[in-house]
Amino acid sequence: MKIQVLGSGCANCRRLAENVRVALDHAGLAAEVEKVEDVAAIVAAGVMATPALVLDGRVLFSGRVASPSQIEALLRGAVTRT
Amino acid sequence: MALIADGRRGADARAWLTVALAAAAWVAAYRGVRPFWDWVVFDLVGLDAATRLGHAVHFFFYDVAKILLLLVGIIFVVTVLRSFLSVERTRALLGGRRTGVATVLAALLGVATPFCTCSVVPAFLGFTAAGVPLAATMAFLIASPMVDVVALTLLYGLFGAPFAALYVAAGLTLAVAAGTLLGRLRLERYVEPFVFEVQVPKGYDPAVGLRWRDRFRLGLDEVGSIVRRVWPFLLLGIGLGAGVHGWVPDEFFARVAGPENPLAVPVAVLLGAPLYTSIVGMVPLAAALQAKGLAIGTVLAFMMASVALSLPGLVLLRRVLRVPLLATFVAIVAAGIVAVGLLFNAVL
Repeated sequence: MKIQVLGSGCANCRRLAENVRVALDHAGLAAEVEKVEDVAAIVAAGVMATPALVLDGRVLFSGRVASPSQIEALLRGAVTRT
Repeated sequence: MALIADGRRGADARAWLTVALAAAAWVAAYRGVRPFWDWVVFDLVGLDAATRLGHAVHFFFYDVAKILLLLVGIIFVVTVLRSFLSVERTRALLGGRRTGVATVLAALLGVATPFCTCSVVPAFLGFTAAGVPLAATMAFLIASPMVDVVALTLLYGLFGAPFAALYVAAGLTLAVAAGTLLGRLRLERYVEPFVFEVQVPKGYDPAVGLRWRDRFRLGLDEVGSIVRRVWPFLLLGIGLGAGVHGWVPDEFFARVAGPENPLAVPVAVLLGAPLYTSIVGMVPLAAALQAKGLAIGTVLAFMMASVALSLPGLVLLRRVLRVPLLATFVAIVAAGIVAVGLLFNAVL
C-alpha cells in the first residue's frame, strides 16, 4: 500500500498528512507515505485542487482535508477490495 | 466511490431527514433572533434603545447572531450544491471553446466551483495544459475569490439583497473584462515555460459518485472550518461597527469621503489590497461606515480590492506567471475596481 499526499506545502496539506498518519496508527495499517510537493507532478496526477490523497496511484479525493476517521474508512474500504 | 463506505440504502433517507429537521430549526432560530436580542438587551438587562450604549450593544449581539446563522445556513447549502462541480470538471467544460464563450463561462464557473486560493497554482497549470485560453483562466481566477460565498453572505446580511446582487454583477463584469484584456495583450510569453510541458490525464473527477450523505457531510465540514476560521474577525468587525454606529457622528464620512471626493476610491483600493484575511471583519465595519455616509462605491471598491488582490494569492501566482504578466494583472484588476467604485458613486 502506497499513500501519496499531494500538496505544495500549504497548511492544509500538512494537516492532511498528519490526519493520514493518525488514521494509519489507529487502524494498525502499515503503508509507505510520500508527500508530493511538485506542482507539475500534482497536476499530472489529474488533481487540480490541493490537498489530495492518492492510494496506489488512484486519487481518493482532492481539494479538502478529510478527518482521520474518514481517511480510515477509505483505507479500510480499499484494503478489503484487494 | 463513496466517501464513507456504507452500503445501506436507508443512509441517504436518514441524512435527508436530519437536514430537513436542521433546516426547520434554522428557520425558527433566524425568525427569533431579533425578538430574542430585543428582549435580552432592552427588557432583561434594561438598556434603553435610544441611548448610544443600548443601541451599540443591541447592534453587536443581534448582528453577530444573525450573521453566524446566515453563514451556517448559506455555506451549508452552497457547499452541497457546489459538490456537483469541481475544478477538474470546470476545466473539462472550458477546454476547446472559443475564447469569448470560454471567458464568460469561466467567470460564472469561478463563482460556482468549489475553489480555494491555495490551489491557484495547480488550477492555472491544469487549465493551461488543457488548452483553456489565458483570458478564461484569468477570468476564473479573478471571479472565484471576488464573488466569494462568505463575502456575499455578509453583504446580503448587512447591506441587503440589492447590494449583494450589484456586487455579483460588478464582480462578474470585472472578471470578464479584465480576463479579456489580459488575453488580448498576448502575454503568454510571460507564463513560466514549464507550464506548457505538463501532461494532464483525463478521468478523475471528485464531484462524481458522491452520495447525498457524503455531500451533506462536506457541507457540514465546510461550515465548521469556515466558522472556526472567521469568528474572531467577525466579532472584531462587528464590534468596531457597533462602536462606529454608537459614537461616530452621522454623516461624518460624507464630509471626508463622500461621492464628491475623487481620491476616496483609489485610496480605498490601496488600503483594501493587503487586507485579505480580515474580509469577514471588514464587511461589518464597512456596513457601519456606509451608514455614516461613506459612499457606496468606495465601500464596494474597498471590499473588492481586499479579496481580488490578496498578497498570498499573488505570491502563489508568481510561481507560474512572470513579473510583467503579474504586474499587468494587478494593474488591470486594480484599475477595474477603481472604475467600478467611481461608477457606483456617480450613479447611486
